[in-house]
Amino acid sequence: MILFAAAALPLHSAGKYVAGAYIVFVVMLLVYLTIMSIRTSRTERELAELREELALRRRQVSEPESQTEPEREAVGSK
Amino acid sequence: MATIATITAALVLVFFYAPLDSDQGFVQKIFYIHVPLAIVSLCGFVFGGLLAIGHLRTGDRSWDMRSYVAIHMSLIFGIAALVAGLIWAKASWGHWWVWDDPTLVSFLIVLLLFATYQPLRFSIEDPERQARYASAFAIVAAAFVPLNFIAVRLAQGFVHPRVLTLTGGNLPGSMRLTFLVSLAGIALLFAALWKYELAAKNARIQLRRLRRELLGEDAVRPLRRSAAPS
Repeated sequence: MILFAAAALPLHSAGKYVAGAYIVFVVMLLVYLTIMSIRTSRTERELAELREELALRRRQVSEPESQTEPEREAVGSK
Repeated sequence: MATIATITAALVLVFFYAPLDSDQGFVQKIFYIHVPLAIVSLCGFVFGGLLAIGHLRTGDRSWDMRSYVAIHMSLIFGIAALVAGLIWAKASWGHWWVWDDPTLVSFLIVLLLFATYQPLRFSIEDPERQARYASAFAIVAAAFVPLNFIAVRLAQGFVHPRVLTLTGGNLPGSMRLTFLVSLAGIALLFAALWKYELAAKNARIQLRRLRRELLGEDAVRPLRRSAAPS
């Protein structure tokens, strides 16, 4: 709305200074948010890697157990 | 959500409700971003000092993290206030910087003082000692902020206008309302970003601990020397 209405604002010689002050703030905010989003996505990626690693370990633990079950049954039947 | 709504309302009030200043004209609109940024930045430094007291009292490192993030955010807001002030000075006085004005110089001194906070942290390797020294610094530097403010108020020669005083100042009602909404918007933005950065940093620390617990010490890369609490 502000962008559409900007044409109606008295943007004469002072306009560039006012625009500059507000744009500097917006740019700084955007730079900060970009850096933070990069860091957050890195954390998410590492969390996903950790989940995969855990799932792999769980599978490795459960596989030997399932392999030993028939052997136990065989021992029981004797 | 409240932050976005308040900042949008503030921008609408600044450009469509607040009247043009009879003396400065349109360039006075910078006032509504420059002054709230400066006020929130200075309050943020004091807030960082108060949180540092929490760290020294309890020994809990989470207080150090809160203090670190508050000072980090305040520095960003302070630099934005300074840049907006430079632009306003150029438009209004014809100079980017006026060394004679105590308000400008004192704000720069406070900013430079807190700019040494990060190098101080970085220079200390032991995390416990880093947190302790940083907290002591934050408390002393935060105490300097109100002292500095009082000294500037007592100064006689200044170029900065005094529009905000305890007796009400000389801002008209519509300008005062616009200013207060802008101040609320910037304060809410500070609070939101403080919480966001704090949550991001805590998530990273928790992830690191989890990795160490589950996968062992070898799975965690050794921490590089850092100014941030670990």
